Parts: sequence; C-alpha cells; structure tokens
Amino acid sequence: MSEMTYADAARLALQQEMIRDPSVWALGEDLGPEGGVAGQYRGLQQMFGSRRVVDTPISENAIMGAAVGAAICGTRPVAELRFADFALCAADEVINQAAKIRYMFDGQARVPLVARMAIGFRTGIAAQHSQSNEAFWVHVPGLVVVAPATPADNHALLKAAIRCDDPVVYMESKELWQFRGEVDPDAPPAELGRAERLVSGSDVTIVTWSRMRHVCEAAAATLAGEGVRADLFDLRTLWPWDQEAVLGSVRRTGRLLVVHEAVRTGGFGAEIVAEVTEALFAELKAPPMRLAGPRAPTPFSKPLEDLHRVTEPMVVGAAHELVRRG
Amino acid sequence: MGGMVLAVEHALARLRRMHVIRFFEEAAAEAWFAGKVRGSVHQSIGQEAVAVGICEGLRRDDWLASNHRGHGHAIAKGADPRAMMLELYGRRGGTCGGKGGSMHIADFSVGMLGANGVVGDGVTLALGAAHAAVIQGQDRIAAAMFGDGAMNRGPLLEALNWSAAIALPILLVCEDNHYSATTRTADVTAGPGPIARAEAFGLYAESVDGNDLDAVIEASTRVAARVRETRGPVFLHCRTYRWRGHFAPDKGAYRDPEEHARLMANDPIARYAAVLAAAGVEAGAIARVEEEARAEIAAHVADAEAAPWPEEREAFTDVQDLGAPDELARWVVA
Repeated sequence: MSEMTYADAARLALQQEMIRDPSVWALGEDLGPEGGVAGQYRGLQQMFGSRRVVDTPISENAIMGAAVGAAICGTRPVAELRFADFALCAADEVINQAAKIRYMFDGQARVPLVARMAIGFRTGIAAQHSQSNEAFWVHVPGLVVVAPATPADNHALLKAAIRCDDPVVYMESKELWQFRGEVDPDAPPAELGRAERLVSGSDVTIVTWSRMRHVCEAAAATLAGEGVRADLFDLRTLWPWDQEAVLGSVRRTGRLLVVHEAVRTGGFGAEIVAEVTEALFAELKAPPMRLAGPRAPTPFSKPLEDLHRVTEPMVVGAAHELVRRG
Repeated sequence: MGGMVLAVEHALARLRRMHVIRFFEEAAAEAWFAGKVRGSVHQSIGQEAVAVGICEGLRRDDWLASNHRGHGHAIAKGADPRAMMLELYGRRGGTCGGKGGSMHIADFSVGMLGANGVVGDGVTLALGAAHAAVIQGQDRIAAAMFGDGAMNRGPLLEALNWSAAIALPILLVCEDNHYSATTRTADVTAGPGPIARAEAFGLYAESVDGNDLDAVIEASTRVAARVRETRGPVFLHCRTYRWRGHFAPDKGAYRDPEEHARLMANDPIARYAAVLAAAGVEAGAIARVEEEARAEIAAHVADAEAAPWPEEREAFTDVQDLGAPDELARWVVA
C-alpha cells in the first residue's frame, strides 16, 4: 500500500494499463507537458510517446469522434474531456456514436473507450465548470457511468473502465483531485456495478456517490453517536448501479436517503427512489428522501456556492427526520 | 493480349458495380414508395463514379467511414448488396440484422465503418481509425466520404485541422453534389469553396470531375498511395451531382430545371459505357453487365421481401455488456 492523491491514483492506473496493453492510449487537451488539468497524465507522454498520449487541439467533437473511431478499429482510447460541462460539446459523439454503434451495427463492433469528464464544485470555477451532470449520461442506453470517490477507487475503477468493452463515462470529482488515501498499486480492477458498503446499520439506508461519500461518512459517524445506525453505500458505478445491495439494505431498514451534489430535479436520486419504491413500497417505513443540489446554476461567490452544497448537518438532519416519520 | 482482356474485364466489373449501385438506389426508392421500406432512404443516383472510383484506390483492409447517403459507398467497398437490401427491409440476414437500416449500414469485414445519420460525424470517426492504424503500426489508411454540406459542420472543420496538425494517414473525400439536404450549398456557404478551406488548414488538396470514373480512379489511386507513403492527410474534392432529392419523397422542386437537365445529362454511367465502347469493348458486353446488375438487384428485392423478420430478442441485444436491458426483454419476450 502507498498513500497518494486521487489524481495520482488515476495516473498510476492509466500508466499500468498502458504498460499492460499496447492498444491503450490517451487523447485530449494539455496531456503532454502539462500532464492534464490535475496532473492525472503527468509523465505519461514522456513514457509512452506522443502517439499514445496525444495532445489535441481544443476540438471536443474530434476528440470524442476520434476516440470512437479508434475504439471500433481495435484500440482502447481514453478520451480526456476535462470537465463534464465541456463534455457537452461532444455529447453528439458520446450519445449518437459511442453509445449506439454496437447496437446499430448488430454487434459488429464494440466501442471500448473511456470518456473522462470531471464533475462537481472546485474552488469557485462557477456555473460552466462545476456541473454534476451524471444523470444525463445514465439516461443513454449503451453507456456505463462511473463516479469514483477515493484514491483506491480511482485506481481500481479506472483500470476496470479501460478494460470494459462498453463505452464508459468516467466522472472524477474535481474537488477530490488532491484528496489523499491508501492505494494498493497491485489491486485488481474493481467490479463495475458493485457498491461499497461503508457503514453497516439497520435504521436508515443512505446511498451516495462521488464527493458526497465523504460528507455522508462523516454524517454516519455523527448519527452513530446520536443513536441512529446508518447503512451507508457508495454506489461507485451509476450504470449499472448495485440494485441488489440497495434493495437488500432498504428491506432491512425500511428507510432510504439518497444524497448527491447534482441538481435534485431529474437527478439520479430520483431513479433510485423510484426503483426502491416500486420494489419495496409495502416495506417502507417512511417516504424515501433525496438531499441534492438546487435547480440553479452554480454560483461563483463562495458564500453563494456554499448555499448549493449538501452538508453533513443536512444529512444528519434528514436521517433523523426519516427515523421520526416511521 | 492477356493484359488487355484483364483490363476489359476490370472495366466491365466497374461498370457493373455502378449499375448495381444505381439499380439498388432505384429499387430502394420504389420499395419506400410502396411502403415496404421505412425510415429515410437517401439515394446517391448520379454519384456512382465517386463511390466506385474512390474505393478502387483503397485496399480492402483500408477503413472507410461514410455518411447518410452511403449505399453506394458500402457497395463499392465490398459490402454484399443482398444483405444491404435485407437491411433496408429490416429483415433477418440484413447487414446489421435489421437494427440499423439505410443510415446505419456497416460492414466491418470489408472495412466499411458505417453510414452515419449525423452529417460530418463519419469524418471524426475516420480520424480515430487513422490513429488506430498508427498505434497498431499498420500501413492501412482511413478514408472519409462526406458532402459539401458537411463542410459547414464544426466536427468536420475540427477534423481538417486535426488531420494536418497531427499528421494522420487519412483521405478526406468531399463528394460535392451541390446540395445541403434541400438547400443549395452555395447559398449558405462563405468563401471560395472546399479546396480553399482544405488548403487553409495546410492540407494537400485536389479537385476531380467526379462523374468521370477513370479520372476519379486515377486521382484516388494516386492520393491514397500518397497518404499511405507519407502517413499524412490528403483532401480530394469530387465534383458530382445528385439526381434525386435529399431523400426518397423529396422531388427536388427547389432546383433550377435548366441546370438540373444539364447536370443530369452528364451521367457517369453512360459516360463510362461510352469510354468502353470507344475503346472497342463490344456493345453486347456493355449491355450484358447492365442486365446482370438489374437482375441481381431484382433478385435481392425478392429475397428481401421473402426474408423473415428479426427474432424478437434482437430488439434488446447488443446494447451493452453491463446493465443490459434484461428487465425490459423479460416483459416483452417472455
């Protein structure tokens, strides 16, 4: 085990996969000398050359289109789109090409690519650089959607995403780039679609992902001190998501709280609540609850941005409320 | 003498292929009007020499990314017209099992990376195919076929810059039929034309009479070799004309009748037949390939009409490995 940042863990995973498989390569803006927006590609171009770590023009359509073309021609590209907000410039290539090609062509080709697009707040970069739009991508048939929350997961999940034969939308959290944690460099790829249970408890099921994992972990500790035992899950993969784990938990607790940074309306929490309610309506002790962002663009000013954040006290309060209701 | 015979056989095969494309397109439109083929059917009648000529310059293992008007490109690249007709009819045994249709015909076994329903998107896919060839150390090249309308799309302009800036083995073929769907391209396009745009990005560019099969073959063979040797891009502008409207029901009433008649008179198939006749190929042989092509397509149509529908489960297969829609399939196909 060694301690490293979330960004370095992803860099290590990509480096290991590029050594293991010569068909793995990366393309995007500022990958070479700059090493990526958070250093997550640092040193890789020097190591693997400019044909396998390609510095591209600021051309999102071409970055994603080239990734699709290269994926259907026998390689495994990792396309860096920087922020999920910018990935919308290449939404056509992700949705109309990457996600549909295998189906449209009756399985003649797979599209094994990773589209990296970071989500979430980060030090006041405001409305066009902060959006968590994971629900858009989950809606698209054909895509896998991954959102790691720890250095260990950013290592093991990125390995898995690169080896996956489906196109993977890989959403790192910008605010976690410098977050440090233990990573086993020899860890095998994580299983995509498998949640991690962080805390076991029988009072309330809390489901979250990405940066909110850490907020919910702190909340679960506080709740434990206040007599409420949370069953806390980090989904890690949003499509497919671990319904088995979540349904199994809610069956025991009868209470569900979903927490995410993204806008609440049409957010992925709505899907989780709907699935759980359809499956377990009679077993619910209280109406499921969502804690998520307001339906507003992210503001710049710090006090205003803070008002968009779901905080630990909010999670604690919501869990108590669920228990009070039944 | 043997070489001469071989050359005549090749020439007749090319003529036959152009006829196959034209009869295919005519049959597709007829089936659409009869309500037997659904969706959009974009015909390439009048542009057959571009498709056949470009593919004459490519190897079978070279990649070709096409566009929405891609039937001719697929046939020229080597896709099976019978399977393509079944695809248009949405039947089992179609090129894509009936799941793609006219705008999504792909045949990876002959390097055909697919027609494409989004104007210009095939070009960025071809960039990726070229990257793949570079990474895998192959000497194959990628080619992209796109129209004059696509020259106004962002992805294509990005691709022109990218292909030259990163130096990729890609042949960019602008098939200029004068129309962006139903709008005259010249009416919505600034600047002196496709060649100037390509040259502005530093690309080597040529223009060729796209209705002269021999000229297209000469140009495509030469520039494809240049791409293969230099591992850099070439832009080839093929001037041609779309006889029909944008898609089957479009009568093209927006066109100037005089210009239309003049351009229709420049038939690439009749021109090539005349070239062969002038070179001494006997009239019977020239007529025979046309009849063979007509009969071939008629047989494909009959096969397509008799072919079974896809199995129900195909509606749900090949979506993805992880999180595939098993639940939905369980409801519909018990």
